[in-house]
Amino acid sequence: MLSRTANNLFWMARYMERAEFVARLLEVALQMSGMKSREGRTEWNSALIASGCEAGYFAKYDEVTARDVVDYLARDPDNPSSIYSCLSTARQNGRSVRTALTVDTWEAINGTWLDIQVAGRQRFAIENLDNMLSWVKRRALQFNGAYNNTMLRGDAFYFCRLGTYLERADNTARILDVKYHVLLPEYEQVGGLLDYYHWRAILRSVSALRAYHRFYRDRISPWNVAELLILQPQLPRSLRGCYDQVTGNLDLLAGQYGGQTGECHRLAGEYHARLRYGRIQDVFDSGLHEFLTETIDRSIVLGKEIQRFYLM
Amino acid sequence: MRLQVQHRTAYRYDAPIPYAIQNIRLSPRPFRGLRVIRWSIKGETGNELPSYIDGYGNIIHCHTVNRWHQQAAIVVSGEVETHDTHGMVSAPEPLPPFFFRRNTPLTEPCEALRALAAEGEGLSSLLDRLHDLMERIPRRVIYEIGETHAATTASEALAAGRGVCQDHAHVFIACARLLDVPARYVSGYLWTGSEENFEASHAWAEAFVPDLGWVGFDPANGVSPTAAYVRTAVGLDYWSAAPLRGLRQGTARETLEVSVQVTAVAGQEQSQSQQQVVS
Amino acid sequence: MDMEQGRQLAQSFDEMGGPGGDCRPQYRVIRSWLDGAESELLRLKREEAEQLFRQIGITFAVYTEGGDPERLIPFDLIPRILDGQEWDYLERGLVQRVQALNAFVADVYHEREIVKAGKVPEALVLHNESFEAEMQGFTVPQEVYTHIAGIDIVRTGPKEFFVLEDNCRTPSGVSYMLEDREVTMRLFPELFGQHSVRPVSHYPDELLETLRSVAPERCSGEPTIVLLTPGQFNSAYYEHSFLADEMGVELVEGSDLIVEDAVVYMRTTEGLRRVDVIYRRIDDAFLDPLTFNPDSMLGVAGLMQAYRTGNVTLANAPGAGICDDKAIYTFVPEMVRFYLGEEPMLNNVPTYNCAKEEERHYVLDNLSELVIKLVHGSGGYGMLVGPRASEAELGEFATRIKAKPEAYIAQPTLALSTCPTFVDTGIAPRHVDLRPFVLVGDRVRVVPGGLTRVALREGSLVVNSSQGGGTKDTWVIDLPEEPSS
Repeated sequence: MLSRTANNLFWMARYMERAEFVARLLEVALQMSGMKSREGRTEWNSALIASGCEAGYFAKYDEVTARDVVDYLARDPDNPSSIYSCLSTARQNGRSVRTALTVDTWEAINGTWLDIQVAGRQRFAIENLDNMLSWVKRRALQFNGAYNNTMLRGDAFYFCRLGTYLERADNTARILDVKYHVLLPEYEQVGGLLDYYHWRAILRSVSALRAYHRFYRDRISPWNVAELLILQPQLPRSLRGCYDQVTGNLDLLAGQYGGQTGECHRLAGEYHARLRYGRIQDVFDSGLHEFLTETIDRSIVLGKEIQRFYLM
Repeated sequence: MRLQVQHRTAYRYDAPIPYAIQNIRLSPRPFRGLRVIRWSIKGETGNELPSYIDGYGNIIHCHTVNRWHQQAAIVVSGEVETHDTHGMVSAPEPLPPFFFRRNTPLTEPCEALRALAAEGEGLSSLLDRLHDLMERIPRRVIYEIGETHAATTASEALAAGRGVCQDHAHVFIACARLLDVPARYVSGYLWTGSEENFEASHAWAEAFVPDLGWVGFDPANGVSPTAAYVRTAVGLDYWSAAPLRGLRQGTARETLEVSVQVTAVAGQEQSQSQQQVVS
Repeated sequence: MDMEQGRQLAQSFDEMGGPGGDCRPQYRVIRSWLDGAESELLRLKREEAEQLFRQIGITFAVYTEGGDPERLIPFDLIPRILDGQEWDYLERGLVQRVQALNAFVADVYHEREIVKAGKVPEALVLHNESFEAEMQGFTVPQEVYTHIAGIDIVRTGPKEFFVLEDNCRTPSGVSYMLEDREVTMRLFPELFGQHSVRPVSHYPDELLETLRSVAPERCSGEPTIVLLTPGQFNSAYYEHSFLADEMGVELVEGSDLIVEDAVVYMRTTEGLRRVDVIYRRIDDAFLDPLTFNPDSMLGVAGLMQAYRTGNVTLANAPGAGICDDKAIYTFVPEMVRFYLGEEPMLNNVPTYNCAKEEERHYVLDNLSELVIKLVHGSGGYGMLVGPRASEAELGEFATRIKAKPEAYIAQPTLALSTCPTFVDTGIAPRHVDLRPFVLVGDRVRVVPGGLTRVALREGSLVVNSSQGGGTKDTWVIDLPEEPSS
C-alpha cells in the first residue's frame, strides 16, 4: 500500500473520532452548563481545554460564553479541531484514498460532509445543539460501523483502526486530565452534589455510566471512575481498551508485512504492558495528573513513530 | 591540444535530508574537433553514475542519493583531445537546425534585442554579421558576476547591461533568432591558460550558417571556440543545456562548493600516464 | 428562441426523428417509452439519478467558476442510440485515424518523413508548442505513443459524421461514459431487457490490458502499473481515482514516486516498490522538473531519465499532444494516406487556417457564420460561435485574429445532430457530440459508443461540461433483422 494512502486512512479515522469526541465534550458541557468547578472554571471552559482549543479560542474571543464556545467547537472553519473542520478533514483524507475505501465507508463519510456543508453555513442555535450533537455521534457510529463491517481485513483496515484507537486513547486521557482534580481521593470526603454530577458527566462523556454500575454496583466514587476509564479492558473507551487495539493492529500490520517491526511497536507494547499490569493504586501514588500528561505525551510520540515507520 | 578536466561539486546541508537528485550534462560531445580519451562522472562513493542520451544528443548522467544525508559530491574527471576547427562543429544532429529558431521564455525578443540584432544591417555576409553581433554583446552586457541569475532572460540582461557568459549567450541566441538564424546554447569547459580559472565552467552559443553548418560564437570572449573549448551540452537555452539541474527534499539549507580545473597536458606525458592507468 | 436558433434547429438532423418525422428504428422502443412516460416520473428518475451520482461522488471542478467547487455534471436520462452498423463503420474509421495519429507522432520524433515529403509544414511540427524536443530519437515500447485517444465526433445527417478534434494528450470523460451506463441500468432495467445494448463496462479491463502490453522490454513478469494524478484538486480527479480503482492499480501523486539510479519506485508501507508503467494524467510540462518546467511540484524528478533508459513506460508518451493542435488536425486525412496508404473513412470538418492570408480574409469576412477556435485551446475556452455572437464579440475576435492569426482556426457552424433530452419544459431536442475512446497497445481496442455530451441550453452548440453541457448514456444496439417482405 502507498505510504500516503496509509497516512490518509489513519488520519481519516482519527478525524472522524475527533469529531465525535468534540461532540461528546459539548454534550457534557451542555448538560452541566451553569455549573462551575472548584477553580471557578465553567464547563464551557473545560470543553475548550479538553479539546486543546483554548489558545485558539482566546485568540479570537475575550471571554467564555456558551454561544461562542459552541460556535468555535462545532462550526468554526478556522478552528482545525471544530466538528466542522474535523469532518471536512476526514472527508478530504477519505477523498484522496477513495479507491481504498468501500462504498459504504465512503458514503458514510461523504454523506456526513455534504450535510455539514449545509448545516455549517450559519451558527448553530444552542436550542438545536443537542440534536446536532446526536447527529454527529450517529454519523460517527455509521462511519465506524461501515468501515468495521465492510473493509477487507488487511492493512487498509488496520491503519483505520490504528487511527481510531490512538485518537480515542488520547481523547480519554484528555477528558480525564481536564477533570483530574475532582477524581483525586481527597475530594471524595468533601465531595458534594456538584462533584457527583462531575463524575457522572465524565462517565457519560465516554458512554460508561451504565458500565460503571455494572462493574461497581455502588455509588459513584472517583477512584472507581479512574480505574474504569484507565484500566478496565472491557470498556471500549478506556485507555487499556484502546491500547489493546493499538498494539493489536500494529501486530497485525507487522504480520502482514512479513514480521517487520519498528520503534512504534516497541513503544506501544511497553505502554500497553503498563496498562495491562498496572494497578490504580500505583497510578494515584505516582500522581494522576502526571500519569495522564505522560499518556498524552506518549501517544504523540507513538503517532510520530507510526508516521515514520509506515506513513512516509 | 590535450585538456584535462577535474570538476568537483560538493553539496552540504545544515540538516539531514532524505533525498536529492541531480541531472548532470557534463560529458563532452565528440565531433571533428574533439575526441574523448577518458571521461568519468562519479558520485561520492565512487560509483559510476547511470546515463542516457537526451533529445538534443546530450549525455545526461543522473545522481541520486536516497537516504538521510548531510553531504554529497559529484566528481567529473576526464581528458580530451581537441583541435581548432574555427568554431565549426560537424557532428550528427538529432534535431534539424530549423528547430533552433524557436524561442523560449529566456530568449523572448524585445525592442532592445531587435535593435541590437538590426545593428549589423550593412554587413554583406551572414558570418560577418554574426561575428559583428558577437563583438557587440560584451560591450552592451558588461561582464559582472552576481548581477544576474539562472532565470534571467536575454531581455533583462540587456536592459541591466551586466551579466555573465550565460547572459551573453542568451542575448546572442535571441538576436540570431531575430535574424531567422537557428541558434542554440552551449555549455562546456574552457581552458583559459591562467591559474585563476574562474571561467573554466563556461557557456557560449552556436548559430547555423548555411554551407558551414553549426558555428560556435563565444560573445563573452569575442571569439569563436578554439581548441581550448570542451563542448558538453547544447539546448534551446540554459534550461535544456544546464550543466547541473537538481532537486532535493527537506527544508535544510544547501551550501555548494565547486572546484573546476582545466589543464593542458603535453601529448607525450599524457600517453605515459594513460599507460599507467591501463597497467 | 430567436430566428437564428430556430433555423439552426430546423436544419439539424434529429437522431430519433423529428416531431412530425418517422422514428428511426433504433429509437422505436425509447420513443414509445417516452410517449408513455409522465413528466413527473421522469422528474423523479432524474432526482434519483442525481442522488446516485452524488453518493458515488461524481464531481467535476470547473476552472473559472467560483462557488461550489464540486458541481455535478448534469446527466440526461434519455440515452443516445447508435445502431450497430453505424457504429461498426465509425469504429473502423476511428481505428484507422488513431493508427495514423500514432504513426505521425512516431515520425515527428524520428525522421519527420511527412515533413520531408512536403505534406506537413516543418514549422507546424518543430515550432509547435506541443513538440517535445526531449522525445527526439526515442523509440517507445511497441512504438505506441497515443495509448489513449479521445476523438470528438459530430453528426449532421444520417451518414454524415465528422471529426471535430483529436485528443491524444490526456483525454478525459471515460468515467462519465461508465457511470452513465451504470446509472441508466439502475434506473431503467426494463429498457435494457428490450434491447441488446453492447456493453461498455469492460473498458477498465481493456485499458489495463493496453497498459500491460506496453510494459518496458526489460520488465519480466507482471508489470506494476500506476495512475499518476496531479491530486484531488484536479478537475478530473474523480475519474483518476475511479479508473485506478476499476483497474486495481495504485493511484499515485508525484510525491509517492521516487527515482533512484534511473528506476522509478513508489513509496509503500513496506518500503520502495518498482514501477513499470505509468498512466499519467498530468501534463507534459509538469512530468519532470529536471527536464521540463523546473517549478513543477506535481511531477517526479528524474522521470525522463528512467523513461528514456527504458525502465518505465509513460502513457501517453510526452509530446503526443501535438495531435491535439487544431492546425495539425487539418492534416490528419493526409496522415492516413501517407502512413497507411488508405483513404480516410472519417472526414474532418472543413477548417480555415487563419495563418494563411487568403483563408484569414475569408474568415474575417464571414466571422458571423463561423466557429472560431484557439489552435491550442481546449474545453470550449476562448471560442467564438459566430451566429450566436454579439457585434462586440465579433469585433473583439476580429482584432484578436489580426493580432495573432496563427493562434486561430475557423470552421463552418455545423448543424450538430440533436437527440431527445429531458429539460425543464419537457422532452426537447438538444445538440450532441460523441467522444469515443480508442486504446492503442499491442492492438487497438475500442469499446462501443463513448461519451455523448449534450448542450442543455436551447439552441446551444457548446457541449463542454465547463460551459453548461451535460452527458448522456450512449447505446450501440444491434437491431433484430427486419423480416424481409
